[in-house]
Amino acid sequence: MAKQHKAVALISGGLDSLLAVRVLQEQGIEVEGINFYTGFCVEGHTHAIRNHDKDKQKRNNALWAAEQLGIKLHIVDVIEEYKDVLLNPKHGYGANMNPCLDCKIFMVSKAVEWVKEHHKEGFDFIITGEVIGQRPMSQRKEVMPIVAGESGADDILLRPLCAKNLAPTKPELEGWVDREKLYDFHGRNRKPQMALAKQFGFTDYASPAGGCCFLTDKNYSDKLVDLWEGRGSREYEMDDIMLLKVGRHLRPKPEFKMIIARDAGESKYLEGYRKQFVTIQVISHNGPLSMVDGKIQTEDYELAAGIVARYGQGRDAEEVKVEISVPGQDVQTLNIKPLSIEQVLEEWHV
Amino acid sequence: MSRFELDARRMLCPMPVIKTQNKVKELAEGDILAVVCTDPGALSDIPAWARINGHTILGHEENDDELTITVRVGG
Repeated sequence: MAKQHKAVALISGGLDSLLAVRVLQEQGIEVEGINFYTGFCVEGHTHAIRNHDKDKQKRNNALWAAEQLGIKLHIVDVIEEYKDVLLNPKHGYGANMNPCLDCKIFMVSKAVEWVKEHHKEGFDFIITGEVIGQRPMSQRKEVMPIVAGESGADDILLRPLCAKNLAPTKPELEGWVDREKLYDFHGRNRKPQMALAKQFGFTDYASPAGGCCFLTDKNYSDKLVDLWEGRGSREYEMDDIMLLKVGRHLRPKPEFKMIIARDAGESKYLEGYRKQFVTIQVISHNGPLSMVDGKIQTEDYELAAGIVARYGQGRDAEEVKVEISVPGQDVQTLNIKPLSIEQVLEEWHV
Repeated sequence: MSRFELDARRMLCPMPVIKTQNKVKELAEGDILAVVCTDPGALSDIPAWARINGHTILGHEENDDELTITVRVGG
């Protein structure tokens, strides 16, 4: 009996990886999925935070895709290892702080490692949903061999959706996979993928145009760069990258930044940081919780409290009472006049 | 059969799923794991993870802002 060939697929939760797996399943290949969580993945991240997100469908698209495909999915936390990819990308950044090519190489190399670690389970090759020309940085034709080479995957990296535009890989040369039944998709036009999705009966897939990484988002990248500049160091922890998605960020002084909740959901989320950060909240009126990231001096409390008060219901009051909570110290209260809209300077907004 | 608890409070998805997945790897078939979370997304994600990986959700309880999802390792 012929050997049952097995592949591990990089699953982002988007349409392309969904299709790439199904194309191989149609050829009788057994597939398992792997999903790498860098901390910057759009997946999930803010599900639970903002009020207006509460009614949105809560699903992890990678898990959803795996379930549609009937495959196992292994989710791997690569937050720590990913720091080096983000901080020192050999191939540089895209339009924002997105090191897309290095990221792709990293993920494929992690898949190579995973295949080696699971050698007893007999995985023969790796597949991705890459399409030539789909992404300006990481999916150009000339970088496809770079990804295969630098990741160490070499000829066991198969891209079923654009394989016909590339040199044959081992699975094709060995006859495990019929190259003729693979595809030659290229460019940013999504119609071929949508047609194939329809053919396979996939209807409820994640937005085809959606990116999967916060680092491609300009606002997010700006906040990340501001965080690094504010600290004078590019070190970051998981909490930092989560907090960049929460609240309004204002930096009234170089030494500290304020994160001001935009609704009750975000206030609740920031509550969890009370023991780690200075928090400021108006207590005489309804208003958001705010936390201070960085070093705030006592003489700046009034400024910070005035800013927070600007975003609460007491913004037009002559005076509001504000509570300032410093971890490990008694809670202090201040009576201050909220800053006017003109006094909250545009350049403070990160 | 043993019973275990996993604290996934204040973690946002997919971290509760990853922590559950990694904990379950250390457990034996039939063991029970109660995962305590605060991200309501876990109520969708942990059962989805269990279904595709052959584990069983025994139920869930919501208490104030916490959610406890009980998983039995294996079918």
